[in-house]
Amino acid sequence: MANIPQKVVHDYLRHDKKFPHVWCAGCSNGIVLGSIIRGVASLEIDRDDIVMVSGIGCSSRMPVYVDFNTLHTLHGRAIAFATGVKMFKPHLKVIVVTGDGDCTAIGGNHLIHAARRNLDLTVILINNNIYGMTGGQASPTTPHEAIATTAPYGNIEPDFDICKLAMGAGATHVARTTAFHTQEVQKMVVDALTHPGFSLIEVVSACPVIYGRLNKKGGPSQMMKEMRDNSIPLSAADKLPPEKVEGKIIRGTLIKEVKPEYSEMYADLLKRVSAMGDEE
Amino acid sequence: MSKAKENTKTAAPKAKTKAKAKAEAEVKVPGPLEELEQKHERKNVLMQGNEAVAYGALDAGCNFFAGYPITPSTEIAEILARELPKRGGVFIQMEDEIASICAITGASLAGAKALTATSGPGFSLMQEGIGFAKITETPCVVVNVQRAGPSTGMPTSPSQADIMQARWGSHGDSPAIVLYPDSVKESYELTIRAINLSEKYRTCVILLLDEVIGHMRESVLLPDLRNTRVINRIKPNVPPHWYKHYDKDQKYLSPLASYGEGYRFHVTGLTHDSLGFPTNKAAEGAEMMARLRNKITYNIRDLVQIESHQMEDAKIAIFAAGITARSAKAAVAIARSEGIKLGLLRPLTIWPFPDEAVRKMLQNVEAVIVPELNQGQFIREIKRLTKDKTEGTVVGLTKVNGQMLTPNEILSKVKEVM
Repeated sequence: MANIPQKVVHDYLRHDKKFPHVWCAGCSNGIVLGSIIRGVASLEIDRDDIVMVSGIGCSSRMPVYVDFNTLHTLHGRAIAFATGVKMFKPHLKVIVVTGDGDCTAIGGNHLIHAARRNLDLTVILINNNIYGMTGGQASPTTPHEAIATTAPYGNIEPDFDICKLAMGAGATHVARTTAFHTQEVQKMVVDALTHPGFSLIEVVSACPVIYGRLNKKGGPSQMMKEMRDNSIPLSAADKLPPEKVEGKIIRGTLIKEVKPEYSEMYADLLKRVSAMGDEE
Repeated sequence: MSKAKENTKTAAPKAKTKAKAKAEAEVKVPGPLEELEQKHERKNVLMQGNEAVAYGALDAGCNFFAGYPITPSTEIAEILARELPKRGGVFIQMEDEIASICAITGASLAGAKALTATSGPGFSLMQEGIGFAKITETPCVVVNVQRAGPSTGMPTSPSQADIMQARWGSHGDSPAIVLYPDSVKESYELTIRAINLSEKYRTCVILLLDEVIGHMRESVLLPDLRNTRVINRIKPNVPPHWYKHYDKDQKYLSPLASYGEGYRFHVTGLTHDSLGFPTNKAAEGAEMMARLRNKITYNIRDLVQIESHQMEDAKIAIFAAGITARSAKAAVAIARSEGIKLGLLRPLTIWPFPDEAVRKMLQNVEAVIVPELNQGQFIREIKRLTKDKTEGTVVGLTKVNGQMLTPNEILSKVKEVM
């Protein structure tokens, strides 16, 4: 794990333009941003070649703060915009930053189809289990029986397992960790950026001001502790009986396989069509 | 000695370029003979309106299409799926129309000339994305081959019911450039113009086709490509730290960088400042809205195109667009043979609305007939411009049963008001 000094991280931020940021005290989004920057810096990718695309929501505010090519789009549509960018300029590294509501509710269709195509996008999904920006409504990942402003008597819906959803749709690289495990986030970002295909990193995060308050989770530090104590690495989970794994956040790389990547297949198609023209 | 040598070396190519430039300048001004020759090189082909749109797009330099199948526009996607890869362009069939408009906007920000094609239900789904392209001033073109509605309606039947949706469909008061051809040939020409205008004005331009035109086959004399004017967006020539994504000093038509060119700009659907960063400041918000509005209103003369057919001595005028104008033209011919002084005013650009031409028409005629395949959309605009006239002088003629208005139906209406 490359150790990236704070100074380097600061160099990637748009200090003079967009700070202070909009995130609440105790929010995980800044931690995840730091890990993404460290991942990018350790790979020494030219920042001109990075496009960060987001949708709408707290986490989707991230692109404005960072000195990449940045695109803050419509609610749920980040992956669709990213598909356009990537397909026209496949040499660009396209990072999508999204949230649980943005990506799995309103944007679910784009998620599954980009995963199915195996288009080389790096999707960082920050899952805070709630719609934070609009004040605490239930999302597809709000746990069963948890409280939200639109589920005041407890959420009767079952919640999504985002990683299973992505794998089921055909994603070739899926990993999960929490915002407490910043080094893991950084490593997973590196893995995703170097993976030739669709990557989804679910970062379970803490929203103490909205989700935490509604569900009496304590302050930011208690929520951090919960992420530490309530999560287990995949390697450990494999050795435990199922009842001990129940309710735990399983951290680790759930799938990583190389399959034909969409923009490369399109480039091959262009070559084939061009060869057909020559034969004529 | 060596210095002198260098001087002669540099001087020689200069003289050469001057001579070359002169020769090129001479070539660029063709005499009448050359013009005739070029006319002979035009191709006469039989094609459908949808085909004309696809080939117009290619000839305007379109190199990215994202779309979703929908009747009666699907041929456009099918042709581009076949033709774009031959030219190194990108064709992608998206999961829905929302994804399609988003993908073309993303591609355009990466530097593509991007287009999508759809019909009513898909056009409804695209409205939020169209607003995003407009507020972010990202060039792109949406072709809507209209079908009868509402909802699923009659997918293979003509309708002109999306006139107001093309203007006001996206929430939040945005400007609109909407073009409306009346023939297969004009579908080709206006597709090129739509792409040109989108690049020039940095906005989402909409091309409305009637189902009948989309599917009708006509003989088309395609212009020689060498005579086709293709406009490309202006690229910035300043260093990245000087670049403003929405530079107000550039007369509302500011240069546009693409992702991956070192400019690292920010694009957001939020109200933004001249750099593209979000703002809540009233003055900056007002400035952005004025910029969006002014780039249209300050350039009305460049944007509005209108055909005036037998209007010089007309006592009664028809105002119609698209396929209805074709029927109206036939009605004018019949009326004229009977001695009725009937004329036709046909907008090729329906938004911004041709206020000036319509006002002039209203001053010169006794009555205006507004035939349209909807329940009265154009007529609202005509009536808006007739404040001093009595009700009866502007008469609507509508039809919403999925069939065209015939020349005789229009002529009967003319005779009714005479």
